[in-house]
Amino acid sequence: MKKKLSVNGVQHTVDVDPSTPLLWVLREQLALTGTKFGCGIAQCGACTVMIDGVPIRSCVLPLASLEGRQVMTIEGLAPSDEKLHPLQQAWIEHQVPQCGYCQSGQLMSAAALLARNPEPTDAEIDGAMQGNICRCGMYGRIRKAIKSAATSRIAQSELHTFDKTDEASDE
Amino acid sequence: MSNWTRRAFVSVGVLAGGGILVGVAMRPGNRADNLAELVAGENETLVHAFVKIDQDNIVTAVVPHAEMGQGAQTALAQMLAEELDADWDRVRVEEAPPVAGYAHYTVGRGYLFKDLNLPDIVVPSFEGVMMRLSNSLDLQVTGGSMSVRVTGTYGMRVAGAATRDMLKRAAAKAWQVPVDEITTEKSMLIHGATSRAEPYAVFAAAAAGMTPSYSPKLKQLEEYKIIGQPVPRFDIPAKVDGTAKFALDVRLPGMVYATVKRSPVFGGRIASIDDTAARAVEGVLGVVVISASESDTFIGAFAVGEAVAVVAEGYWAAQRGLRALEIEWDGGGNETVSSNSIFAQFEQDISAAKDRKIDLEQGDFEAVFASSQKVINADYRVPHLAHTCMEPLNATAEFRDGHCEIWIGCQNPLGFRRAVADALGIRADNVTLHNMLMGGGFGRKSRADWAIQVVHLAKTVGRPVQLIWSREEDIRQDFYRPAILSRFRAAIDESGELEAWQNTYVNKLEPTEAPLIPYDVAAKDIGHIDSPIHVPWGAWRSVDHSQHCFFTESFIDEVAVAAGRDPLEYRASLLKDHPRHLAVLQKAAREAEWGQPLAQGRGRGIALQESFGSIVAEVVEVTVVDGQASVDRVVAVIDPGFAVAPDGVTAQIESGIVYGLTAALYGEITIENGSVVQSNFHDYEALRMAQTPQIETFIINSGHAAGGAGEPGTPPAAPALANAIFDATGQRLRELPFSKHLQFI
Repeated sequence: MKKKLSVNGVQHTVDVDPSTPLLWVLREQLALTGTKFGCGIAQCGACTVMIDGVPIRSCVLPLASLEGRQVMTIEGLAPSDEKLHPLQQAWIEHQVPQCGYCQSGQLMSAAALLARNPEPTDAEIDGAMQGNICRCGMYGRIRKAIKSAATSRIAQSELHTFDKTDEASDE
Repeated sequence: MSNWTRRAFVSVGVLAGGGILVGVAMRPGNRADNLAELVAGENETLVHAFVKIDQDNIVTAVVPHAEMGQGAQTALAQMLAEELDADWDRVRVEEAPPVAGYAHYTVGRGYLFKDLNLPDIVVPSFEGVMMRLSNSLDLQVTGGSMSVRVTGTYGMRVAGAATRDMLKRAAAKAWQVPVDEITTEKSMLIHGATSRAEPYAVFAAAAAGMTPSYSPKLKQLEEYKIIGQPVPRFDIPAKVDGTAKFALDVRLPGMVYATVKRSPVFGGRIASIDDTAARAVEGVLGVVVISASESDTFIGAFAVGEAVAVVAEGYWAAQRGLRALEIEWDGGGNETVSSNSIFAQFEQDISAAKDRKIDLEQGDFEAVFASSQKVINADYRVPHLAHTCMEPLNATAEFRDGHCEIWIGCQNPLGFRRAVADALGIRADNVTLHNMLMGGGFGRKSRADWAIQVVHLAKTVGRPVQLIWSREEDIRQDFYRPAILSRFRAAIDESGELEAWQNTYVNKLEPTEAPLIPYDVAAKDIGHIDSPIHVPWGAWRSVDHSQHCFFTESFIDEVAVAAGRDPLEYRASLLKDHPRHLAVLQKAAREAEWGQPLAQGRGRGIALQESFGSIVAEVVEVTVVDGQASVDRVVAVIDPGFAVAPDGVTAQIESGIVYGLTAALYGEITIENGSVVQSNFHDYEALRMAQTPQIETFIINSGHAAGGAGEPGTPPAAPALANAIFDATGQRLRELPFSKHLQFI
């Protein structure tokens, strides 16, 4: 069954079982492999994407529920090809990732947090990031990077959402 | 350490008779034309097996270690660039391909000539290599915290210096000046007297035709400009924008997806299977049974249990198909084994003390115990643990015309290539292995069981197959950190001095020195009993150190308390002959303000362990109120000899502590009916941000031989926390995880 799906501002048409979780549609149909599989039951956060600005675990979200909604993945986080999102810059500055596998999900949770709360406290950061496991244990660096991105002025002016969508040329 | 000597002796003996490895091992330069074909791109010259220089004077370090987050590739490039006098801004890194030319000769070299304590993770491989010298040297292990301390020390630095020497000789010849008058700086060759300066690239081709020096002059510590600097890691930018490629991200034309299930009871087989419902699931292409096998290659022997796989157009369909399979399993006689029965067996075997093997025996301990004023007894235990790498096991393979191509993230690409070839019955030359970034490794990715599964599927299906394990399979079909029971007895005299230390535990694995203690005790008796169980074991970050450090560093605390002494002061009094240990311990205590009073309900504990060539002490602060606990702070000190990449060492210590605390707080794999009870992160929990303490790491550059960083942070975490809980509450916790007794908030 054909379904429309808007990802990173691009409208796609996909033809898969509508019960398929968004994670696998992103990875297999759209080849957007930055979003990772970690547990399949919304326990680890590796598959976190933003739906209409809200962080959601894509491994349990059926494609059928996404009609008319805007999906943002790690591939859409940077405002342009030339410029990283302030959180991505902070991640590099603080040398956050080790294996890196959970980091797409960490960044999407953090980006959603800063979009709704530009100056989070430690407790608010802990709360927002509690769904994201990092088996390399880089939580201290993640917290520092979120705080430094939050305090940089660009953090607020450059958080962006996709207000309009373009038709995909590749579908 | 005594066992090492024996092993080293055996290996050297074989070598001396064979002779081949000695020759290879002594040739760090070992440049080979066939390697150039594999790694040199357009306009690049492979000057040395580990060094490429391109026409734009970009130096690429070719490193024979995999990246799983430990950052060793960057540290190895630093070591090479330092000795090469390379311009760090123009240094790149790439992973060496899994071909024999990049086997770990350097490991052999260090092992043979520098009295290296080879990490046990590679011993089966290495001894296998010794036995098969005439075939090849399929050793390319990333494990045992050895990248920097072995490959870096004996390989990359030598390669950098040898390359610099060849470049200088090439320039001297071209410029017709004495080689001694040529200096190097930032990838430039300079002859001051004639004001000549050219980039390395100009002489790369000429240098590549020379024979590298076997023993080039290496820099002294005070000459370092790149080693010891906190340089940014090469692999990080791709890990913040989703472009880093893990095995799971491989996309091939015509690729199908598969997922698998093995017998819940380890070693069990399929009694019957009904796949009617599974085949009816939309998108399912077929059901494949992968028969049981034994893998006995250089990476150690292990069983690969019978499995059933569902192949489908996508992972979701494969997963639904797998759930729809109706399988009856034959547990093979282990269906009644449980964690309780395992520990009952351990109790019985330790009490019977049959065939007890001695690790270390000194002094007349029986006489001491007979006459001692005070004897302290305690039993400690740890449960099985899974690794739970963030990236569930997965791999992609294609089999065509007798050739297999496989994309996988693993800790031993050469060994995996061999294991896959053996499983398919083809020559290793007919396997091309692409080693991808690993989403965590922690020891799990040193066993090739899932690689063997995926190549069987690729051969059967005839299309490229991406095999993805569910998290449930990942947790239930691991090679586990073993469950262990460890029994202690100590004697102290009337003034509290430690007179005798006795320890018997089950199932010794590796590294052999893990249960030994650095403390000065006249009478010691440490030994173990074999008590085999059916649960497969594997290397788990820091291997035996993780459990034995919990045992010994908790028990020495008990002894100090029984002696009425401060645990820090008591340890220090027993370390007079171990100045490095003492320095690490005392710095940790100082940085943690040991001795400063804490509020009611708070406690402080310390632990110390040497592992993988580094010494680490940790002080943990904890708060316990009404059964609710929080780990507030960890102060860690490491003496790794010299930290090549200080921020990398710090990150590894932070990581090792969180890994150790996860095990201490939550980690428990329970066996019921011969199978694992836990299935996913909801019942096999990992530390999350809110539970993670503030961690402060300090490095002591003592200048001793290079030690590892990936593992040594893990062992002291659990005992330091146990000791802190005792300090806060008076409750001595002798088994993991602590969540059995306290709720962590």
